Amino acid sequence: MTNLLFLLPVALFLGGLGLAAFLWSLRSGQYDDMDGAAERILVDDD
Amino acid sequence: MSCCAPDVDAALGLAASAPKGPSRDELTLSSRSLPGGLRQTDLSVPGVHCGACMTNIESALGKLDGVEQARVNLSTKRVSIRWRENAGAPPIAEALGKLGYESHLFEQDADERDETLAELIRGLGIAGFAAGNVMLLSVSVWSGAQDSTRDLFHWLSALIALPALAYSGRIFFRSAWGALRNGRTNMDVPISIGVLLAYGMSLYETANHGPHAYFDASASLLFFLLIGRTLDHVMRERARVAVKGLARLAARGATVLLPDGTSAYVPVSDIKPGTHILLSAGDRVPVDAKVLKGRSELDCAIVSGESDPVAVGSGAELRAGTLNLTGPLTIEATAAAQDSFLAEMMRLMEAAESGRGGYRRIADRASALYAPVVHLTAFLAFIGWMVAAGNWHQAITIAIAVLIITCPCALGLAVPIVQVAAARRLFENGIMVKDGSAMERLAEIDTVVFDKTGTLTLGMPRLVNASKISPEILSLAGAMALHSRHPVSRALAEAGGNASTRQWAFDSVEEIPGFGLQARLGSDIYRLGRAPWALGQEGSIGGTVLSQNGSGIAEFAFDDRPRAGAAAAVAELRKQGLAVEIVSGDRPEAVASVAATLGIEQTSAQVLPSGKVDRLTALKAQGRKVLMVGDGLNDAPALAAAHISMAPASAADIGRAAADFVFLRESLSAIPLTLATSRKANQLIRQNLVLAVVYNAIAVPIALFGYVTPLVAALAMSLSSVIVIANGLRLSAGKDSAPKPAATKGQAFPGKEAMAS
Repeated sequence: MTNLLFLLPVALFLGGLGLAAFLWSLRSGQYDDMDGAAERILVDDD
Repeated sequence: MSCCAPDVDAALGLAASAPKGPSRDELTLSSRSLPGGLRQTDLSVPGVHCGACMTNIESALGKLDGVEQARVNLSTKRVSIRWRENAGAPPIAEALGKLGYESHLFEQDADERDETLAELIRGLGIAGFAAGNVMLLSVSVWSGAQDSTRDLFHWLSALIALPALAYSGRIFFRSAWGALRNGRTNMDVPISIGVLLAYGMSLYETANHGPHAYFDASASLLFFLLIGRTLDHVMRERARVAVKGLARLAARGATVLLPDGTSAYVPVSDIKPGTHILLSAGDRVPVDAKVLKGRSELDCAIVSGESDPVAVGSGAELRAGTLNLTGPLTIEATAAAQDSFLAEMMRLMEAAESGRGGYRRIADRASALYAPVVHLTAFLAFIGWMVAAGNWHQAITIAIAVLIITCPCALGLAVPIVQVAAARRLFENGIMVKDGSAMERLAEIDTVVFDKTGTLTLGMPRLVNASKISPEILSLAGAMALHSRHPVSRALAEAGGNASTRQWAFDSVEEIPGFGLQARLGSDIYRLGRAPWALGQEGSIGGTVLSQNGSGIAEFAFDDRPRAGAAAAVAELRKQGLAVEIVSGDRPEAVASVAATLGIEQTSAQVLPSGKVDRLTALKAQGRKVLMVGDGLNDAPALAAAHISMAPASAADIGRAAADFVFLRESLSAIPLTLATSRKANQLIRQNLVLAVVYNAIAVPIALFGYVTPLVAALAMSLSSVIVIANGLRLSAGKDSAPKPAATKGQAFPGKEAMAS
């Protein structure tokens, strides 16, 4: 029971971190041009 | 030029046909102001399709004077350019044209971001987070957590599921409430009731230290359903963006002659009756107007369906939307933009649309049957257990368990999953679906009505007697024809380009609007154009001839070219038992000749736009369900009136906006393909609905006898969803029987504008 009190918040915090990261990446436009991003990684002139 | 030269026409070496984009005046007019003295222009470049195109464009545009940044979006095939205001608009379209890319402006309301999608994805993220975490806690309960630990886990689950319900659930609750308020029911009503009751009952159970809580069911239900809904939205949005990126055919602005003799480029909405406008060859008439000065020929195909260019001189009335072909004109506006021909079509369209009547989607029809049955069963279960056992807590628990297990997760996914798979398949074949119910409606049709010019035909003449003319003369005519944008000249230039035997270095070539072209080569004068003028004698035969110093050396015969696959498509439609007919605005002879080629018996010619709508209304009155295929401004009201409608990419702007499907490639084989895919999709949707019913037939008795625990519910619901999704995906996994033209794969059929310029 006592280790649960410690583990549960940790699990929830990690899950919340994932959610926050997803929402951040959404807002910063990382899903705007999926095809372009796939090609840009192959371009090496800059 | 990149690996994937986007425009075959440009590669033919026709200098005159390098892709033309919006003028610099138009760019300035449509750009947005940014802080720091910058302006941003967004252009649609349909020819971009690989990383090399992207780098080419970005580096070429980046080198232009005044360009701060150029960035290509490969997914939406757009390029956004930031440039410094003080230097004026850089020659962006010219630079793109030199690389071989066609570019055009698109509707600017795309500036506002897609709020619905953002809401759906945020909802999806939150529901996913909640479903994952609650499921972890539930697994612990199922594996034997007891007493206070179980209560703790239940309370935690309640806490995590709450934001999912409040935020992600809103989307369903809103739609359910909207339907209920109007006295209807839709799929979201049983979903909302199921999710809310599951949560409510679980809270009560948790407060009373009960063993069973359904928090995992409510959260994962929302998550699954949101996946279906988001995919559906993304697919439709992709089609909408692709259609928006096509060339605008309506003029955005016009060069106006001011009273003090200077000229200025102003937006179309600022043009008032009486304004004098300079219209150069290749421009579209911005508003209804009258010719003051000049002679030219007009291409009216997109406006009235006439396939032959019309000669105009001073005093002639022009309709907004027609294309000026050969000579510059000075015209006087006779109506403002909102009173022009285009606006009249818009009014007809609105009237036609209101008569279309509400189509009820399959999912809504299914849920209209489903919801009452399910809710009645739950109610009877409650009554039955009350009578049998007399324990109201047990009776309510079982009634709610029935609602949870029948909550139409599978039903809610059954339709969108199939439609997403079908829309994706059509998208890959260059067909855009604009409306979710479009495929359902298409599958019902029994009649197809075609427009002629621009739909069954390309609306462009083609040289038909090339084999009777010596290559030498053909190449001479072709070389002369390069100097004009008249459709007949374009056809000759193309034919001449193929037969090219030598370089012709003319001393001079001039175009005489309304007559033809005159070239000087040494001491010879060549004339290419109308026979009476070229031969210098009145009353001789019509047609197009080439003359050398007044004596004819060749006669050319032209015919409007049917679209690729037109005959095959019409034959296929007839084979499937559909009635096919032509309703055209063109001359009866022209219509009859196309009808004969394609084997269509039922035709009507010289039909006005309102007449097309009348024809569709008459068919509807006979109980027919009509697919209308058309491209012109004059077809737009009919497209809006038909049960379902399709337009080619080369259609007028409002026609494309009115149509439910837009096909980007030239070939008419898009029509049977769309029909086949829609029918297949409908069949799969029905199968899925049957699967959902079978699932319920098994699950409901289990629930009625009180054997449903949260574990059983979770297993049953996931299993049914997986089955339904797998069945839906059979559509895209199925063998692709449609022939894919390798050369044009992924490439938009060039718009009429591009071909005419």
